[in-house]
Amino acid sequence: MVAALKNPNVDFRHRNLLGIEGLSAEEISLLLDRSDHYAERNRIARTPGKTLSGRTVINLFFETSTRTRTSFQLAALRLGADVVNMAVEHSSIKKGETLLDTALTLNAMHPDVLVCRHPESGAVKLLSQKVECVVVNGGDGAHEHPTQALLDAVTIRRRKGRLQGLTVAICGDVMHSRVARSNIYLLHTMGARVRVIGPPTLVPGAMERFGVEVFHDMARGLKDADIVMMLRLQLERMQGSYVPSIREYFRFFGLDRQKLANAKPDALILHPGPMNRGVEIDSEVADDIGRSAIQEQVEMGVAVRMACLEVLTRNLPEPEDG
Amino acid sequence: MAGTGKHHGGKHHGGKHHGGERNGTVAYVNARLIDPASGMDEPGALVTCDGTIADLGPRLFSDAPPPSVEVVDCRGLILAPGLVDMRTQLREPGEEHKETIGTASAAASAGGISTMICLPNTDPVIDDVAGVEFVARRAREVKATKVFCYAAATVGLAGRELTEMGLLAETGALAFTDGTRAIADSRVMQRALNYARTFGLLIVQHPEDPALAENGVMNSGEMALRLGLRGIPRVAEVMTIERDLRLVEATGGRYHAAHLSTREAVEAIRRAKARELPVTCDTAPPYFTLNETAIGDYRTFARLSPPLRTEEDRDAIVEGLADGTIDAIASDHAPHDQDSKRVPFAQAEDGIVGLETLLPLSLALVHKDRLGMADLIGKLTCGPAGILGLGEGRLRKGAPADLALIDPDKPWRIDPDAFLSKSKNAPWENMPVQGLAMRTVVEGRVLHDRMT
Repeated sequence: MVAALKNPNVDFRHRNLLGIEGLSAEEISLLLDRSDHYAERNRIARTPGKTLSGRTVINLFFETSTRTRTSFQLAALRLGADVVNMAVEHSSIKKGETLLDTALTLNAMHPDVLVCRHPESGAVKLLSQKVECVVVNGGDGAHEHPTQALLDAVTIRRRKGRLQGLTVAICGDVMHSRVARSNIYLLHTMGARVRVIGPPTLVPGAMERFGVEVFHDMARGLKDADIVMMLRLQLERMQGSYVPSIREYFRFFGLDRQKLANAKPDALILHPGPMNRGVEIDSEVADDIGRSAIQEQVEMGVAVRMACLEVLTRNLPEPEDG
Repeated sequence: MAGTGKHHGGKHHGGKHHGGERNGTVAYVNARLIDPASGMDEPGALVTCDGTIADLGPRLFSDAPPPSVEVVDCRGLILAPGLVDMRTQLREPGEEHKETIGTASAAASAGGISTMICLPNTDPVIDDVAGVEFVARRAREVKATKVFCYAAATVGLAGRELTEMGLLAETGALAFTDGTRAIADSRVMQRALNYARTFGLLIVQHPEDPALAENGVMNSGEMALRLGLRGIPRVAEVMTIERDLRLVEATGGRYHAAHLSTREAVEAIRRAKARELPVTCDTAPPYFTLNETAIGDYRTFARLSPPLRTEEDRDAIVEGLADGTIDAIASDHAPHDQDSKRVPFAQAEDGIVGLETLLPLSLALVHKDRLGMADLIGKLTCGPAGILGLGEGRLRKGAPADLALIDPDKPWRIDPDAFLSKSKNAPWENMPVQGLAMRTVVEGRVLHDRMT
């Protein structure tokens, strides 16, 4: 451990950030501490840092996303990196070929970091096997979204001072949510208690195998919760008969004042965005500055991505002048 | 080996694969003769002449074989009927970049298989007489292992209109199936069973409720949830089987459930057999060798249909084989090229190549004392042959000389890159196994030989 203090590189023992699963509490804490550092810096500094100067970061998004991509882009720019955004038209190219062909093409350009989002679970892992640079998972299918869980954790820790011992209720479409999975892994590792709430079509009983408590009733699930984490309901779930209608979903699983009253009086509300107001969350609750940390989550998003880029590139050889 | 015959080794490829020349007379001495159909399992000798078994038994050549014949000293190895693989996908016609009848035949004979029965899910679909004739002609042309085919149960595998079952059977189709698709519509299934009964023909079902399985890529449960992959619930299999059993009871048609993967399905067939319904079933090595954890980190080579299930299911499949509920083991050979597998898991094709690993993976059941040797060989020979009404899979005087000479203990490691199959999609890389086909003979022709 003494050696670890002398050499920052051994604090984080992974080449890539593909998921939260498998990270230790120490590694997560390192990322959260660095995020705190960048959060403070972002509030005062306006000139880019030099940590990633000479590095190239490519944002490769196979799924449309404005906020996550922008957040990664800003994070890289604020660390002094050169950033290229690539949005890959998913429909125009045969799916399977796109990923590995693109990976090989990009690899040949020698980027330092590849941030990738893909609609299929496991796709970012597959990509990481084909490239030599650092790969950061910007969300893969219904699998993981590690930077989202990290930014949620920073937000919680700044408001509550800790993660250990908190009761966190994750509500909504847990089954299809990469945000939920990454959060469950992170919160468990950091000693929080996790509940998941939603209808059995979206929160299957087998979720208990994740070590979470499963509730199908909002009032009971929210009882005495410290944190209420709402998930976005993809509107296409209506077609698959996962839920019969928006009206019915909002009535039983949408977060409003009445349901929120079951949680602790100072319970904090989180949402990964973008919100479906009137579907999973009522505007009155979402916009309550005292309760909702939704804007702060966005702010922390940039800080967390700076922390990830910094920590991951520590292990790369120094960039050289050409 | 004294020789009239010119023997082929295992390292040639199917397109150029012409098979061994027909021997005059060959005597296999010092063999352990196993013929599950007759219950024979004893030391002895066997002699083939002009493509048929001329004689066999424990006392044959007890002094010495006649001097003029070719003699193969089996060194105590097992001489059994050539294996009969009742479920393969050969990809010809239509997807010859994945496999051809020639390459499949080379792979099959390297695995001790002398007879393959292929699914009709080719392009075009084998749903008319010309398709059945094409397969037979191609098999003759490449002097392959014996190749029979199933014909589609419904036109274009679309699950609506029945095919010309009578005419197809006359041309050589052994039974009827929609291949890797379930015959989902209850009325179509009822008519298929009922109509096939006219000719005493068998309907083979891919037992999986398509609505429950829709877009699913692996077994439902904790593992699918962790990986964020859409699951196929275990109940999808037994539901279809139980519905079909009701229809079998109502129609009296003959029914075979392919590649069982769940405990409940085994139990359903076990109950049906206890009630003496005309029902049989098979499974494939992945289902008694692996469970869903083989998928690990999105390993597409472990994606197959039906999906790998839980350890409890795997155990139930072994139990079903041991107690006779499961009649046969098929390779479920499903060749795919790299482009079909090196993609995100949800986009990958289903299936594993199986011809060259059917025997060693099955022999593991014997090595682990779950099945007796003769019992296991029965599931690979007379079991499937009997279901399909074939005379193959037996050692009998006057029968075709289809033989597998098997070293049941020989240790080796599976190397998919060395497969003779055109496709290498298999999750067995580097897996240690025991048992190897040392020689494969089809109607007296030596198609594969590791004895020299």
